[in-house]
Amino acid sequence: MCGIVGLFLKDKSLEPELGSLLTDMLVTMSDRGPDSAGIAIYNNLKKQGSKITIQSMNPVEDFKEIKAQLTQLSGADLEVRIVDTHAIITLDSNYKDKIKQILKSSFANLRIMSIGDSIEIYKEVGLPEEVADRFELSKMVGSHGVGHTRMATESAVTTLGAHPFSTGEDQCLVHNGSLSNHNSLRRKLARLGVNCETDNDTEVAAAYITHKMNDGFNLGDALNAGISDLDGFYTFLVGTKNGFGVLRDPIACKPAVLAETEQYVAFGSEYRALVNLPNIDHAKIWEPEPATVYFWEH
Amino acid sequence: MEKIDLATSSLRELNERLQQQSEVTNEKQWEVVNPKGAHAIAVGLNAPLELLIKGSTGYYCAGMNQHAQITVQGSVGPGVCENMMSGSVFIEGDASQYAGATGHGGLLTIKGNAASRCGISMKGINIVVHGNIGHMSAFMGQSGNLVVLGNAGDALGDSLYEARLFIRGKVSSLGADCIEKEMRPEHREILQDLLTKSGADANVADFKRYGSARKLYNFDIDNAGDY
Repeated sequence: MCGIVGLFLKDKSLEPELGSLLTDMLVTMSDRGPDSAGIAIYNNLKKQGSKITIQSMNPVEDFKEIKAQLTQLSGADLEVRIVDTHAIITLDSNYKDKIKQILKSSFANLRIMSIGDSIEIYKEVGLPEEVADRFELSKMVGSHGVGHTRMATESAVTTLGAHPFSTGEDQCLVHNGSLSNHNSLRRKLARLGVNCETDNDTEVAAAYITHKMNDGFNLGDALNAGISDLDGFYTFLVGTKNGFGVLRDPIACKPAVLAETEQYVAFGSEYRALVNLPNIDHAKIWEPEPATVYFWEH
Repeated sequence: MEKIDLATSSLRELNERLQQQSEVTNEKQWEVVNPKGAHAIAVGLNAPLELLIKGSTGYYCAGMNQHAQITVQGSVGPGVCENMMSGSVFIEGDASQYAGATGHGGLLTIKGNAASRCGISMKGINIVVHGNIGHMSAFMGQSGNLVVLGNAGDALGDSLYEARLFIRGKVSSLGADCIEKEMRPEHREILQDLLTKSGADANVADFKRYGSARKLYNFDIDNAGDY
């Protein structure tokens, strides 16, 4: 079991409330996934260049001089915002690849959670409510976001094993289920130059979608291709810079509920996760069909 | 009438009070407000209560019901009326997967659509769905009737025993050993009775009946290589 939530705002006036609405949805799904939790929030409301989210097991030590160190090594003008075990580096997009290289080569203690113009990923081990409190998720602002509460099956309970997984710029994926062909697919993707960092099955699905989108597929086509290439049980929620998409496997054992109003599209593993959203009583509510791609974009 | 507000009462309190009612209780009318998608609402009832749930529920609503008449003014999550024994349950909205699974008796009516595996392993329950049903419905259905006014998804009635399936709309595909069968007078009578009881405005003549070809009942040596 695992819990998935997602919220895509059509009404800009709700953007300041995105964090609090998603947090409530996430915490409601604690029963489905009490071991770790994570959220990807999309916010480029000020068009402020690119963002890299990094994570450390020892943030006090590792983040102390990080801004000065990165500035010195890259020559970039950047800002660093520390949020518990995570830090968000904001920088000119032209320096994105350089900083990524520097982080990989010179900062072995740091993990890159996400890179993009809008995406920020926060994930940790612990009860969803505790994770949400640590990162003050309820105060976050954005245009859309996805969240996940994990009950681990395919890999260990670690920060890196928590969802969302991001394998491409501004992309992320959360998953309820388990994939049975992830090892062979991981090897196949590696031969194509797409590498995964963990043993987790979901990361392979994320890498697969990224690979397809790098080949020129749009989100809908990439998900459609996944129906034949990904074997196992899954309900996926995939975030992109402009929106999110939903896909369930053809057997569709893993639950999924969608709700749509003029203000938002919301996803929950269970209807319970959606009950406190504005005007939910007048929303169109339905279960996504098996093996059918749904996606919304701004 | 007794009213229980799940915003202030716990689920356990609700189910305990409902389960405590005897067959001869005077407190027959009950109302539940603010269900907010909670799981296991009104499970294990064993008295002729009339219960109205004002809103949508989560998993396993009205499971194992005996005698009670339950109406849900909303939609229900997976496993509504699982293993129902008797009584009647009316869902005004949609039902998620495996509605009425393993039910032994009673009548489950779903005004909207039901998702996959509706009536899986049904053992005597009657289910009437006014909308469509999803794939693998009535899988291994043993007895009882599944009536669908809309369409049925893939693999309808796979490995079916003696449950009767009456479908008005299209069937995406039939499961293993499920075939269309002749609609005889006794079937029309059963169907008309269920349509009337579930408040469905439909003509018996528009339905087709599906049932078991009974070819999987006994081991066939020609299939040995399939195991």
